[in-house]
Amino acid sequence: MNEDEVFYLFSLAVASISLLLLALILVVLVQYTLPVIKEMGFDYFITSSWNPVFGKERYGILPYFLGTVLTSFIAVLVGVPISFGIALFLTEYSNKTLKKYLSIMIDLLAAIPSVIYGLWGFFVFRNFILDYIEKPLHNYFGKISIFSATPTGLDFLSGGLILAIMIIPIVSSVTREVLELVPTEIKEGIYAIGGNRYDVIVYGSIRYSKNGILGAILLGLGRAVGETMAVSMVIGNATGENALPRSLFSAGQTLSSLIANEFNEANPTSLHPNALVGAGLVLLMMAIVVNLGARAIVNKYKR
Amino acid sequence: MISLRVKKKVQNTFLFLFAFLSTIIAIIPLFSIIFEVIKNGIEAINLDFFIQLPGPLGESIGGIANAIQGTLILVTLASIIGVPIGVITGIYLYEYGKEKKSTLISFSVDLLYDLPSIVVGIFVYITVVSPMRSFSALAGALALAIVMIPIIAKTTEESLTLVPPTISEAGIALGIPKWKNIIFIVLNSAKNGVLNGIVLAVARITGETAPLIMTCLGSNFWFSGMDKPINSLTLLIWRYAMQPYPSAVKKAWGAAFLLLLVALALNLLVKSGGERK
Repeated sequence: MNEDEVFYLFSLAVASISLLLLALILVVLVQYTLPVIKEMGFDYFITSSWNPVFGKERYGILPYFLGTVLTSFIAVLVGVPISFGIALFLTEYSNKTLKKYLSIMIDLLAAIPSVIYGLWGFFVFRNFILDYIEKPLHNYFGKISIFSATPTGLDFLSGGLILAIMIIPIVSSVTREVLELVPTEIKEGIYAIGGNRYDVIVYGSIRYSKNGILGAILLGLGRAVGETMAVSMVIGNATGENALPRSLFSAGQTLSSLIANEFNEANPTSLHPNALVGAGLVLLMMAIVVNLGARAIVNKYKR
Repeated sequence: MISLRVKKKVQNTFLFLFAFLSTIIAIIPLFSIIFEVIKNGIEAINLDFFIQLPGPLGESIGGIANAIQGTLILVTLASIIGVPIGVITGIYLYEYGKEKKSTLISFSVDLLYDLPSIVVGIFVYITVVSPMRSFSALAGALALAIVMIPIIAKTTEESLTLVPPTISEAGIALGIPKWKNIIFIVLNSAKNGVLNGIVLAVARITGETAPLIMTCLGSNFWFSGMDKPINSLTLLIWRYAMQPYPSAVKKAWGAAFLLLLVALALNLLVKSGGERK
């Protein structure tokens, strides 16, 4: 065996650690979840009761699944247009200096640890949302069910909006890359037939890069699904039936915030830890599906 | 004709306003977070803050020294484990990753990269904490190392790919073994990029909270062994932020100030370094 073969085998062995870890994570999580599924059956996935008290144990993760879906949906709904606007501003309206400093600032949003988002969310952002968004909406449109609950600022909307801020860096930077790939000929062609900047962007850039933008959106969604700390500090931490999303202003829970909030209180001899690990397994599946889709689209696009 | 011109003008103005306002909306939270963390954090900072234990909840005395110590220990230990594995995995992906037999490995690195970090915490809880019957510094560091590996692997692979093929070809032409060529020539040319990736990964795990909750738990005391619970800045912020005691909340802001300073400094360091190149 020559030294290159040794090198190959050594690097192969080290790189295989990732494969091994991933396989172990899947096996261990599934194995640890099985007891609660055996006890609860399919109800574990489709019911809402949650009671860790010994002898009355019931676990259903539907509300937290829906909570993750709802908060991520809000994040994408609000965060994506803003990210798209930023990408436009940087590619179309900024000179080199402005572009440099603005993109550093946007990137710094991704550098802030999520627990600091949570701290800020709990003491600052929440009050802003409460006073300027939730109370007006509740006062004028309180009859509509999604605005009906009494606003507190610790609810699905706050969770979703803080996620919206957190996905901006990734969505806007990928969108920007994609927009910069639009061939100049396409833009020039539209200008040449009398189009303005609006036409160039709407009929040229967006149409040309719509798959890439979709990839960017999915990457943002993947980020939002797995995010834990910030959401756990502003979502209100309801459990059981109460955590079902009935209104944007009701306290809720996501899969990840549930795990963060309850893991250390769970009695190891009950099924409570197993139920929480199961929530982690569902979360993992969601994250993998969304990110795989995102990566497939973005890679195909860049090639 | 005039109405068409007006329409075009309105469209352009609308587009500009949309782009401009979006940018402003995104920048406001950044400044608000920095401003609030400095404003509230600075009040907590004094000498005791850096050298004292937190003390009983609700007491206004004491500091966060054990959290600083804990974060330093956890991050150092995680880096000792995670950096070599990450860099070598990156080298493997660069050199052999395009071959069919390594598809599975590059695929798993991608998936590991996408894992929500709290899932990593659960995994380490089941495989380390539970058998050892104790939350521990070791478990926390392992969880952080797992978070770190795919980040470093991917940035290393990327930096190596950016090295012009002519450099690697020159090495091959000299007749030196492939492994020496990769380590001493290609990796050496890419070292800025690789180092940047490592710094970013360190910044990222310094701010990680979720995987520490179920692995090292947090503690009110000094580090007392790898097999004992340990505190961290992030755990302290999370546990103290929602306490009803103003003194605890103040410590949370102080810890956030320190953590934000480190996170922003490391990130700006990478950005300014990348530019000089």
